[in-house]
Amino acid sequence: MNQLGFPILSLMMALPLAGALASLFSSAAASRMIALAVTLVDLLLGVVLWLNFDQGLSAPQWQFTEYAPIFGRFAWAMGIDGIALLLIVLTVFLMPICILASWEAISKRVNEYMAAFLLMETMMIGVFTAQDLFLFYIFFEAGLIPMYLIIGIWGGANRIYASYKFFLYTLLGSVLMLIAMLWMARDANSTYIPTLMQHSFDPKVQIWLWLAFFASFAVKMPMWPVHTWLPDAHVQAPTAGSVILAGVMLKMGGYGFLRFSLPMFPEASVYFAWLVFALSMIAVVYTSLVALVQQDMKKLIAYSSVAHMAIVTVGLFAFNEAGLEGAMMVMLGHGITASALFLCVGVIYDRLHTREIDRYGGLAVNMPQYAMIFLLFTMASIGLPGTGNFVGEFLSLMGVYEASSWVALVSTTGIIFGAAYMLYLYRRVCYGDLTKEDVKAMPDLNLREWAILAPMAAVILWMGVYPESFLKPMRADIHMIVERMASAKPEGDAQLTAGVPQASAAHGSHENEDAHSSNHETAGEAH
Amino acid sequence: MIQLIVFLPLLAAIIAGLGNKALGNVPAKIITTGALFISCALSWPIFIGFMTGGYEEGFVVPVLNWLQSGSFNAMWELRVDALTAVMLVVVTTVSALVHLYSWGYMDEEPDQPRFFAYLSLFTFAMLMLVTANNLLQMFFGWEGVGLASYLLIGFWFRKPSANAAAIKAFVVNRVGDLGFMMGMFATYLVFGTISIPEILNAAPSMAGSTIGFLGYRFETMTVICLLLFVGAMGKSAQLGLHTWLPDAMEGPTPVSALIHAATMVTAGVFMVCRLSPMFETSETAMHVVTYVGAATCLFAATVGTVQNDIKRVIAYSTCSQLGYMFFAAGVGAYGAAMFHLFTHAFFKALLFLGAGSVIHAMHHEQDMRYYGALRKEIPITFWAMTAGTLAITGVGIPGTLFGFAGFFSKDAILEAAYAAGGIGHTAFALGIAAALLTSFYSWRLVFLTFFGKARWAESEHIQHALHHHHESAEEEGDSHDHHHHAAHSGTGGYRPHESPWVMLLPLVVLSMGAVFAGLIFHGAFVDPEGGAHFWEVSTLFFDEHLMHESHLVPMWVKLAPGAVMLTGLAIAWLAYIKNTDWPARFVAQFHVLYDFLLNKWYFDELYNAIFVKPAFAIGRFLWKRGDEGTIDRFGPNGMAALVVAGGRVTRKLQSGYLYTYALVMLIGLAAAITWAITR
Repeated sequence: MNQLGFPILSLMMALPLAGALASLFSSAAASRMIALAVTLVDLLLGVVLWLNFDQGLSAPQWQFTEYAPIFGRFAWAMGIDGIALLLIVLTVFLMPICILASWEAISKRVNEYMAAFLLMETMMIGVFTAQDLFLFYIFFEAGLIPMYLIIGIWGGANRIYASYKFFLYTLLGSVLMLIAMLWMARDANSTYIPTLMQHSFDPKVQIWLWLAFFASFAVKMPMWPVHTWLPDAHVQAPTAGSVILAGVMLKMGGYGFLRFSLPMFPEASVYFAWLVFALSMIAVVYTSLVALVQQDMKKLIAYSSVAHMAIVTVGLFAFNEAGLEGAMMVMLGHGITASALFLCVGVIYDRLHTREIDRYGGLAVNMPQYAMIFLLFTMASIGLPGTGNFVGEFLSLMGVYEASSWVALVSTTGIIFGAAYMLYLYRRVCYGDLTKEDVKAMPDLNLREWAILAPMAAVILWMGVYPESFLKPMRADIHMIVERMASAKPEGDAQLTAGVPQASAAHGSHENEDAHSSNHETAGEAH
Repeated sequence: MIQLIVFLPLLAAIIAGLGNKALGNVPAKIITTGALFISCALSWPIFIGFMTGGYEEGFVVPVLNWLQSGSFNAMWELRVDALTAVMLVVVTTVSALVHLYSWGYMDEEPDQPRFFAYLSLFTFAMLMLVTANNLLQMFFGWEGVGLASYLLIGFWFRKPSANAAAIKAFVVNRVGDLGFMMGMFATYLVFGTISIPEILNAAPSMAGSTIGFLGYRFETMTVICLLLFVGAMGKSAQLGLHTWLPDAMEGPTPVSALIHAATMVTAGVFMVCRLSPMFETSETAMHVVTYVGAATCLFAATVGTVQNDIKRVIAYSTCSQLGYMFFAAGVGAYGAAMFHLFTHAFFKALLFLGAGSVIHAMHHEQDMRYYGALRKEIPITFWAMTAGTLAITGVGIPGTLFGFAGFFSKDAILEAAYAAGGIGHTAFALGIAAALLTSFYSWRLVFLTFFGKARWAESEHIQHALHHHHESAEEEGDSHDHHHHAAHSGTGGYRPHESPWVMLLPLVVLSMGAVFAGLIFHGAFVDPEGGAHFWEVSTLFFDEHLMHESHLVPMWVKLAPGAVMLTGLAIAWLAYIKNTDWPARFVAQFHVLYDFLLNKWYFDELYNAIFVKPAFAIGRFLWKRGDEGTIDRFGPNGMAALVVAGGRVTRKLQSGYLYTYALVMLIGLAAAITWAITR
């Protein structure tokens, strides 16, 4: 069956589902314990999954596969590659943190809240494990229902508007995707994703299919200009809702690009790369500037997420190892960092019940531990080397430089803007004098909050100092996508020419030799 | 051993930082300072080893795999060669002394463990930078020192000005980092690696090739070098990206000495020297380095002449001296650049720590207009500052071995610039002009601070101190009559006190450096034969021929620095000791020029008007008019309006029926799929 001898993926999905049912019929206190226990067991299973994932050179691409036909072509097909593995691990890592973050903050309809979260965990794992096209679709869409509920029931004052916007955007995108899926299933005569990834669609049709998928993934990502649902959704969602939204839901867009758009429609991806680049470049500058003037902490972080996700999309459409691996690392790093920042906002929101930045100030005086950990995540968000985000940003920008120096330059300005808006936020919240009476009364982090934030801090540093743990599982899978793109991939704008031959100069890698030989002609023209 | 040197400060920083209040002031100070002194003690033998030819070649100690993607590979590793060894002793020595000095300077500070943790963290990051064997690790150190600088500038985070300065430093440096990152991308694209030795090996073979960049074609090596140089300009506060450095003086004075004088700001110079064989392949890049360096050198010196804040004078002086180092590198005299970096670290740290001692004595007053006559009150500080000033102004007798540190290093730069010819002559001229100004503002600082009449009484800080002291004195019933009389004279009855020994000891040690560093080390750094031998075990490109030439420059070139130094001294003496009304008359006569200089050529105002304010204005515009006014208005809100108009479902929407709709639609979709599949 698989290397473990039991269907671990189904088990990881069944457990939260069972937990959700159990907690629906439990008291508030019991449902908290159930949720925590279930998510912790799932985390444990996630670690087992990671440890048993074969990362060897000759390892099969799809592991832990399960297959059970249901009816027609529709099958319970499960299986993961390295990319899915990492996103599953991210999901199960964030879940117990979400439960703990909601421990005291949620006081009404606790059992239903916990049930919604557990149901969402099932759906999210399903998205990353599904190997059947329509199974994927169901998880992809159904995962939104608990999220609507979480925003709409346990959200802030303007929650109905936010959930409406969230719903409208995501639904419109996915309808188009569904139509494309129906076409694909007929054309390829299969709904099995690994088969579809090898299938060659007609390049003309690819364009339409690509656009249909893009409608859905661009909203999920979110890319400019379909990003406006995100700030509202974040602002209205409870803390844990924001964590899942930023930590996992946004990654589904990137996962979609990696799993569908790039390998299934390589020609169309190349054809539309300019569109993705243009939207991403706008997003980096536009949303960064908007983030700079926000008065609401969550909104600021939400806008910064859009800017960070733009780095993911430029990396993905660089079509090379560095770009794709960098995009994945940004997704993972952002998944931890943005989540942690939302949790940091949650910590002080629980104390003062406002997200308005100007209501705070001087927290470094009475909450030094909080100030320290918040600083760490602020720096991670800025992309300081030594944190996971840097690894991702560096790789994806380096990847895209190969494609276009303009795109790389504009996207890299994100590091300047990022520093500006995050440090400005940090300054207004933590620095300055402590003058407001109610702010003075705020106590420092308690044990529960430390238990939430400390693991995230450890992981973000781990990703920055030794990213190999995260890069290794996905290396082979990324390489396959790059290989698949290789034939369609355009040349970059560098067009390097050979230098004046000099004696005894050892030469660089073989890549450049290629670049030289292919560019000898242009050398003549340039001179 | 090199691992100990680098990682001990990190360990100390973690212990002191996490331990913080629980650990207590004294243990935190002992751990961090102890770690630094151990690092320092281990560094000197390495340096001396390289000096005496104890190492045949540099070595690289691998630590851990770091980042691998496709053919890209960067490791955590520590590279030690002659260039690293120079930086090791500079960094660990100044850092250890600054740690010690801070025992006294930060004594009244309640938040000491945090301060010492930051200092040690900085040292760690700086050591990672100088031991980097690939550009990525250099960038790690680069950003790490930036972080520490941000934290230390904003150490007194209750002060709005300190916070603003900290953010400014970080963000302006990020502009430089943009160049550094782009430079790394281009390097990887061209060479397929970012390992420093491999790039330097391959660089000559790329000379003459071209690359497409932003739609145009340029020389490959020029693009790479200039992108990386933008990074160096940010970190080393060169003209255009210099605005953060003077503001960084908001940080505690020991920080200014360590980070913003001796070590971090020299990282850009270090980078250019480390990559010197690469810069040698692009004449255009070398010219840019020369011009930027020479322009900064003169620009900063002009501003330094009119500043009143003692730390700001020294800050601009630092900026100016960094300009010297850059144009030395630009004309190909990397050895001279490193030599000036080395001597500058000692005498500039000395000047800053001396200034700190003055500020300590004057109860946090930093405005030199309220100093005067401090020579007798704080004699050791006075002599230390004098040694520093003699060093920075380059006092020495040409043709002999008598001279202070700056005499050897600055003259070597000026002579090499002249010998290089071409744009070297321009750089030489600007350098000589800057040397005149250097001498003027340095002596002006000394005269205003230590000579003349006491002008302490008008200082608010002193008033505050007196008032406070007076009250406590009355409480004790021990009121001194002369307090009341003296209040009318310049001293206001205030008695400055010499600093404690922990502060004076570093001053004395650094004074030794300021006096003897040039004499002892010039053989290894800039002498044609000695330098060639010393720098052979490093990546530094040492141009023996140029250094020979620089000994053969005309006599007037050799005498010029000394002549302008004396002229500057004479003007300062005339204006601030002999005829003290001259400065006021000058200001009255040339107030436009004075305002221009006092306001630092209006760089801050300019940047504020073209970058900072528009950024906020555009951000607000995009948010209100873009997101809310356009995207939302015609997107979801427009659709909502349509739905409302069509079906009048507002009430239902608002009462939560939405979810029912959502579910119904999803179930409908699922049914559609089922139909599609099974049909």
